[in-house]
Amino acid sequence: MTTETKYRVIGTRPVRPDGVDKVTGRAIYGADVVLPRMAHGKVLRSPHAHARILSVDTTQAEALAGVLAVICGRDMPAVSGMAAAGEGGDMNMRYASNNVMAHDKALYEGHAVAAVVATSPHIAKEALKLIKVEYEVLPPVIDVRKAMEPNAPILLEDLRTDTGGVKSETASNIAAHLIAEEGDIEKGFADAAVVVEREFTFQTVHQGYIEPHACAAEWRADGQITVWASTQGSFAVRQQCAAILQHPIGQLKVIPTEIGGGFGGKIPVYLEPIAAVLSRKAQRPVRMVMDRTEVLMATGPTPGAYIKVKMGADKNGNITAAQGYLAYEAGAYPDSFIGAGMTCLFAPYNLKNVRIDGFDVVVNKPSSTAYRAPGAPIAEFASETVLDEIAETLGIDRLAIRAQNSAKEGDWRPFGPPYTRIGHQECVAAAQASAHWNTPLVREGKDGKKRGRGVASGYWGNWDGISSCIGRLNPNGTVSLLEGSTDIGGSRASIAMQFAEAFGVTYEQVHPAVVDTDTVDYNDVTGGSRTTFGTGYAVYKLAKKMQGEIVGQLAGLWDVPAESITIDGSSYSSNGHSATITQLAKLFEENGIHINASITAKGSNLSGAFATHIVDVEVDEETGKVDIVRYTAIQDAGTAIHPSYVEGQMQGGVAQGIGWALSEGYVYDSEGHLKNATLLDYRMPTSLDVPPIETIIVEVPNPTHPYGVRGVGEVPIVPPCAAIANAIHDATGLRLRDLPMSPSRVWEALEKQ
Amino acid sequence: MRAIQYAAPRSLGDAVAILQERGNKARILAGGTDLIVQVGEDARDVDVMVDGKHIPELMELSFDPEKGLTLGAAVPCYRIYEHPEIKKHYPGLVDSTSIIGGTGIQGRASVGGNLCNSGPAADSIPTLIAYGATVRIVGANGERTVPVENFCTAPGRNVLAADELLISIHLPAPSAHSGACYLRFIPRNEMDIAVVGAGVSITLDDNGIVTAARVALAAVAPTPLFVPEAGDSLVGKAPTEEAIAAAAEIAKNTARPISDMRGTAEHRKHLVGVLTRRALHRALERARA
Repeated sequence: MTTETKYRVIGTRPVRPDGVDKVTGRAIYGADVVLPRMAHGKVLRSPHAHARILSVDTTQAEALAGVLAVICGRDMPAVSGMAAAGEGGDMNMRYASNNVMAHDKALYEGHAVAAVVATSPHIAKEALKLIKVEYEVLPPVIDVRKAMEPNAPILLEDLRTDTGGVKSETASNIAAHLIAEEGDIEKGFADAAVVVEREFTFQTVHQGYIEPHACAAEWRADGQITVWASTQGSFAVRQQCAAILQHPIGQLKVIPTEIGGGFGGKIPVYLEPIAAVLSRKAQRPVRMVMDRTEVLMATGPTPGAYIKVKMGADKNGNITAAQGYLAYEAGAYPDSFIGAGMTCLFAPYNLKNVRIDGFDVVVNKPSSTAYRAPGAPIAEFASETVLDEIAETLGIDRLAIRAQNSAKEGDWRPFGPPYTRIGHQECVAAAQASAHWNTPLVREGKDGKKRGRGVASGYWGNWDGISSCIGRLNPNGTVSLLEGSTDIGGSRASIAMQFAEAFGVTYEQVHPAVVDTDTVDYNDVTGGSRTTFGTGYAVYKLAKKMQGEIVGQLAGLWDVPAESITIDGSSYSSNGHSATITQLAKLFEENGIHINASITAKGSNLSGAFATHIVDVEVDEETGKVDIVRYTAIQDAGTAIHPSYVEGQMQGGVAQGIGWALSEGYVYDSEGHLKNATLLDYRMPTSLDVPPIETIIVEVPNPTHPYGVRGVGEVPIVPPCAAIANAIHDATGLRLRDLPMSPSRVWEALEKQ
Repeated sequence: MRAIQYAAPRSLGDAVAILQERGNKARILAGGTDLIVQVGEDARDVDVMVDGKHIPELMELSFDPEKGLTLGAAVPCYRIYEHPEIKKHYPGLVDSTSIIGGTGIQGRASVGGNLCNSGPAADSIPTLIAYGATVRIVGANGERTVPVENFCTAPGRNVLAADELLISIHLPAPSAHSGACYLRFIPRNEMDIAVVGAGVSITLDDNGIVTAARVALAAVAPTPLFVPEAGDSLVGKAPTEEAIAAAAEIAKNTARPISDMRGTAEHRKHLVGVLTRRALHRALERARA
């Protein structure tokens, strides 16, 4: 499907402005920053999952030739309070500081306990071996249900369970118990002809961005700090650094580099405050780069979880009640996106009787952070596989049951006002009409392998947030568009396209750039599927503001009333006068007039995006191996600004979902040691594991955006795990309820069948 | 700051002299795809890397219809799987060398290095055992020859003394009506380490009766595991579905895998049976071709 032709620029597929630099290797990423007199930092990490730090002796390391400084927890300022840090809401900055550098306790294997700066990275690495840390090893707890037991080892002695604002009396690993309720579930289940209740467990997985965390920092003698960061939000880095370093925010400047993937994992800071403190001590700029093992051990990941879902339906397949129990592993510090998981759990459906209990639980694993639709893929895995079972029990078509129960405008949802106009029904209808769904499945694969087909729907919201940008009309009629939203997925193109559409110029006339925190006003992070939506809304308003300035200046130059000037695309006319933007730019320059404007805008968005996926799998029943043979992703993009990049987001989400479903997962031993902190044994899918992914873009315009945009980046990772599980069931009869659905698990389940 | 020395001897004698002088702190460098990574991760304590790629014997790759194949210890995988005589006579070796790492790794990684790294999951070693390969070793006390199945002694360990190096690997000349195959099981489809590997060879007489068969396994014991009973069970029989299944069952019962992050012991044992059976069928097709 293509966008309606009412737009000149929106719906076309121009080349991205950052493309040439990236394919020629000229783009500067975090690890490419080189500064005069630059030194190199490295982090010493805890070998224990849970330990009290009794002492840190840095004297030998400091004595090594080439070492400039060594720091540990006692060198970090004491921190308290909260700071806004992204779509997850406010962050407890003491926890954030302790995660960056452990103070009294190491809470996961890989937790930073000290850092070295030296004249070369090799010397820094050698110096780490000379730091003596004395630990009192404590029993770890790495499973969410064990962490919730009353006698579990306590990670954070000050943590109390928050239940609706009421704090527990004693310390607990349960940070919060959230409840979402509507209607009467007792009655709903009593009205059901079929009730299915199932339990699920989920592994910890990592975002798996290509670029490891990297940054540079310079703390100058006058107190000015500059940070170069590969981040999803330069302003979030500034806020977190200011809080962790207890430094005036006005004396911090963050320069975002190009970013090699984030998926939510590059919102928290890890290295930046350490690099700043090392820079202050060494009196040199300091660069720090993680290796892959550090990335897997100490950053990300997404929560592991235990989920129980119960759904009931009448004999016609109408859902009468739904109940969920979600316990998410926050990792070392609270906040596992449990609320988002609860919001998404039953989101595609119109439910009258619901109860959802959510628990945010700390365990001795890395502090979890956002990963593409955080909390949603596992929640919807549970509900979408249970719904599939209900459809099967009642003999109802799997897409039909999703269509008949579909949520629509005005329906209830947890924690929020009712839905505005949404497009789930349209996604299911597009799935029903798709070539994939209408091609009969050949059940026999190669060498006797079994084939099956599965479907699943998914939801993810849109976060509005704040976006600021600056536009300047150049004398040749081009526009310099300065943005503060870091570009993790083609947003420079999609934002420039919306500006061009609104301002009446061509895409090529707009020159977008992502600039530092001193150059542009505040921007929330690139996350929550907000940038093309929210920053797109801001540039729409910017274009209108610049047009207003042009009209004002023209009224003077042409000596006509401003109200008489009409704008048609790039042409301005009044009373016999007429000129294009390019002609006007020259005219303004000749008259010493400069058109520039800045804007800060906050969108208002109560909408969100839905997707429905169809997958065919092939199962080798002898080995338990599952291959994906055909995949179609259907998604409501609202309006696809740049359809190729929308398709790319859909395909990328599916690729990550395939890894989550089949092969990825943290493996821990009983002491809480991560056994697979390399990409050899943390198995992300390769190109041979991901088939070509067909995409169908559905466009149900978002009523809260001038061009109807919905965020597209996150929802495509939501349905794959469930769709693949439903397809494995179709092929083999197995209902798998633990991820990943690895060959060992599939084979064992087949043996028990 | 600590530095690692690099030496590039031009002869076996010069290489042995360095090994004699530096002992365990010297390691022969072929492709470096294991060694350099291990040194970088502090998994091996090395003072000097002795580059074998300038020693002619280590780079030899020659085939003689009477004597068989000579494979210098540092010859990279891509030269092996692109070699026309190897493609024709040793397809099992092509199976192994074309799945070690990715294309870039195959440009450097060698079968000799795979053998000397002595990993239980090495993809080339079961194939070498199936082909009845032997290795030529040189040290301060001269040369010796060792069958590949006796080379590895423990994970990462082998029979090489501190002053010895591997010169080359020798595969016997192919018999008429013979075929071999290596299959591995990995959770993904590429760039992975064997959960289980099975290398097999089979030779038939003019009547289609098995005269010789060998089975060797990867990743199911502390070293690559030669299972002579599995191959021997086929000798003198027609290679029927049942006979092959019986041989696979012997291999399965001989395997003694562990459970780790790559798979459970039970699943691995089961996979030995599946892969041995499938590899024998493929080898049989090649023998009959």
